[in-house]
Amino acid sequence: MSDWLLFDPMFRVAFFTGLALAVALSLTGAWLRLRGEWLAAFGLAQIAAAGGILALPLGVPVTLTATAAAAVAAALRELLPRPDNSHFALMILLGWSAALILAGNVHHGQVIGESLLRGQLYFSHPGHLAAAATLVIALCASLPWLQPRLLRERFFPDWFSANRIPAWPHRLLFSALVVFSAVLGTIAMGAFPAFALFFVPPWIAFSLVRGWNAALALSAGLGAVLYCAAFTLAMALDQPFGPTLVLLLVAASMLRLVPPRD
Amino acid sequence: MPEPSAGGLVTADQVTAGYTGPVTGPVSFHVARDEIVGLGGPNGAGKSTLLRALTGTARVFSGAIERAPGLRVSHHWQRPERPPALPLLGRELVGLIAAADAPVPEPARALLDRPVRALSGGQFQFLQTWACLAAPVDLVLLDEPTNNLDGTAISTLAGLLGERPPGRSVLMVSHERPFLEEHCDRIVELGG
Repeated sequence: MSDWLLFDPMFRVAFFTGLALAVALSLTGAWLRLRGEWLAAFGLAQIAAAGGILALPLGVPVTLTATAAAAVAAALRELLPRPDNSHFALMILLGWSAALILAGNVHHGQVIGESLLRGQLYFSHPGHLAAAATLVIALCASLPWLQPRLLRERFFPDWFSANRIPAWPHRLLFSALVVFSAVLGTIAMGAFPAFALFFVPPWIAFSLVRGWNAALALSAGLGAVLYCAAFTLAMALDQPFGPTLVLLLVAASMLRLVPPRD
Repeated sequence: MPEPSAGGLVTADQVTAGYTGPVTGPVSFHVARDEIVGLGGPNGAGKSTLLRALTGTARVFSGAIERAPGLRVSHHWQRPERPPALPLLGRELVGLIAAADAPVPEPARALLDRPVRALSGGQFQFLQTWACLAAPVDLVLLDEPTNNLDGTAISTLAGLLGERPPGRSVLMVSHERPFLEEHCDRIVELGG
């Protein structure tokens, strides 16, 4: 692969879509980790993949059915009194099995199922880029309002009920952001690469730095840098992007061995 | 319904509370403005459940809880939520609910710039308790606030209780009877 391919206008949309998603997923992943719900991201990604396959027989856009399926799963999660990793593991199993069964029984299902599970970043179109950019803007805009509420709820769980402050607005907004992150990440990159971005950058960042804002910034930065490295490596070595990104993120997790400066 | 005193914040009338079923009550009490009320009783009497009934996280099966309009409440849990491996600093934790201009007690100064993951159980407990006492609320609910605290921290906590802003009330659960007797205006006993 020659250098010019990396800067080919054909790949610009894909590159910037992935970059926006790398930042968005790493940030959302930090909040999921705060809530002890990081595994939910993988569950939602799997459910979104299954929902995306349903788009074929229904003749509607993949984004629509993927979002609908993930939104139903997120709503069910909200109904649980204390959702934990066991529930999210069930979500993963359900999403994975449903995706493969649907893929095997729907015309062209194998193709789209494969793309949703493994990712097809290079086929991103301007609509994907616009959606990813909107997600980043929504995350950054909601941060000053949403973040203190998420932190307060984590450390003082009955603060909202004790003060008769409705908690549903911030929970709904957070769920919506997680659902859109999972859906866009799954459609653009695939379920596993999207989950790796939710999971690894915050996991590394939380162990390396002191202070919440520093951890958020490092998480987003790591997501962006490792994404750029994976994109470049995949093109330079003519390797599939998704597995390259996941491998790079896994390798980067060795940074956790650096002792924290507590 | 017992008559709430002037400036009463909370009145519980024959309250039976629990989760899937009742675990405490019936019990009646009230908390007036500016007073410290203790909740005593043996293990399992439902003291923590009663606090949670006041915050709406435990179910009231019978009786009624009346709150003053616009009542602001902070609640220190017996086992405060402490998610592992979070990089939050002590000052960030306290700042989630405490007033920005709240004076910092001496034992807390060294803890503010350390991540809460690196604090001992007693240090974390103290920061949480202080955050609740420093929050701009009318009623502070403290559930076993002396757990894991050393003598210095307990003395500081006692000082914070005595120096709290005017009008702020405390409803406190503790198994340490001498602490309750020394610092509470009244003690309400829950049966076994």
